[in-house]
Amino acid sequence: MIEIKNIYKSFEHNDVLKDITKVFNQGETNLIIGRSGSGKTVLIKSIVGLLEVDRGQIFYDNRDFTRMNHRDRKKLRQEMGMVFQGGALFDSLTVEENIRFPLDMFSELSTAEKQKQVDFCLDRVNLVEANKLYPSEISGGMQKRVAIARAIVMNPKYLFCDEPNSGLDPETSMVIDELIHSITVDLQITTIINTHDMNSVMEIGDNILFISEGEMCWEGNRKDILLTDNQKLQEFVFANKQYQRIRDERINDQ
Amino acid sequence: MNIFNQTGRYFALLVKVFSKPERHRVYARQTFNEIDNLGVKSVGIVAVISIFMGGIMTLQVAYNMTNPLLPNTLIGLGNRDSLILEFSSTIMGLIMAGKIGSNITSEIGSMKVTEQIDSLEIMGVNSASYLILPKIIAVVMIFPLLYILSVFFGIVGGLIVGPAVGAVTVTDYLNGIQYAFTPYYVTFSLIKCLVFGFLIASVSAFFGYTVEGGAFDVGTASTRAVVNTNILILVWDLILTQLLL
Ligand SMILES: Nc1ncnc2c1ncn2[C@@H]1O[C@H](COP(=O)(O)OP(=O)(O)OP(=O)(O)O)[C@@H](O)[C@H]1O
Ligand SMILES: [Mg+2]
Repeated sequence: MIEIKNIYKSFEHNDVLKDITKVFNQGETNLIIGRSGSGKTVLIKSIVGLLEVDRGQIFYDNRDFTRMNHRDRKKLRQEMGMVFQGGALFDSLTVEENIRFPLDMFSELSTAEKQKQVDFCLDRVNLVEANKLYPSEISGGMQKRVAIARAIVMNPKYLFCDEPNSGLDPETSMVIDELIHSITVDLQITTIINTHDMNSVMEIGDNILFISEGEMCWEGNRKDILLTDNQKLQEFVFANKQYQRIRDERINDQ
Repeated sequence: MNIFNQTGRYFALLVKVFSKPERHRVYARQTFNEIDNLGVKSVGIVAVISIFMGGIMTLQVAYNMTNPLLPNTLIGLGNRDSLILEFSSTIMGLIMAGKIGSNITSEIGSMKVTEQIDSLEIMGVNSASYLILPKIIAVVMIFPLLYILSVFFGIVGGLIVGPAVGAVTVTDYLNGIQYAFTPYYVTFSLIKCLVFGFLIASVSAFFGYTVEGGAFDVGTASTRAVVNTNILILVWDLILTQLLL
């Protein structure tokens, strides 16, 4: 469980995050949704400490991250995995080396055990045949999957994904969403996902935070979202007419 | 103001670079890779430039010695001392700042803008140390070796070009390069090389590590890294020459 309390973050005169408070549950896919530029990336980077918040507190299972010194943070980070918006694979390493990298850096496993863990993760994201290729030699969707594999190789307790399926076709997006969801449930991870994709919201939105211009606007889950009377959320959700139809059908059914 | 700010950030980065590494084995492997990538792959260009410059400096000295009272051995000696004192250390430093330095800045800079550095940090790796320390060690180790190679090739260049165009005889040249040799000049230049090597690697890495933005900014950072490294090399050349010679 990750808890954030009254988070503020600004850049010079641009107030990007204003008073965000939220609990992200363990074993669930927690979604942060909002328009492009609403502050999702800044929020997720603040939670993991890549950006320092101006005010507010962040708790990882009741451990106060904001007050931790550098060393404790580094330790806690070994319990985190993150998938960046652009994948952020190390382009001088092969797929397999990318995934093994955290193990090489931190684990005491033998070479064979490491290989077993790498193979397990590769299999999990369905990429066994690409293990010897370099990131530049595989497609964007495959890169995202490698990034997910690398993020879970250390068996993290916390998983962060910044737009894991942006720029992917709908089918691949679904595969990735389902992948993240099943990993989250199987390994009981606290997962936080940034997205502006309504399909993902309807597929895996266990616990949703909607932010608009850096302010929290709405929270709930995928069942409530279509029936919302929040003006800004309606604009976001029903930008895609398909969801208007789905909502109308549901209302008629009731 | 900006220059103080930059200097402060440079030293803050160095502190991060020299804090305790996670895994010595991984760092050692990285250092060997960098020695190969930055050092061994520079031998070719060092050889070519040094042969040409050695040849050219030999001709310059020969053509400017219009006084018949001066012995022709001075030609070899002039070439040798120019190489040992300035060319193979300082000028080579400026050239290496362009080659090795821009390579370091663009590599680290593109890792920064594609969030690879963030992803190291998230794993709990000290990204500054992991990326920069092996490069500093590698460049500081290889630069003195490149210096020695450069002196050697420069002298060979003079030996090829001088007699070939009739500017000096082989005997005079060979006598010249052995005449009044001061070993301390070599020591002095090796010390300069250690300093220049450190400057090239650390300043270029600093400009790469602090890039914000995209590919365009990486390009700008590379240029700024080379310009700043060059200026620092010249300043330190002046300081060390004053202090040590
Ligand atoms: N390093 C920074 N310096 C200054 N301003 C920034 C910085 N990072 C983000 N911002 C600003 O913060 C705001 C929110 O950006 P953010 O990247 O969080 O949006 P986002 O919701 O992730 O959008 P997208 O869906 O397009 O990724 C933007 O107005 C942006 O200009
Ligand atoms: Mg974003």
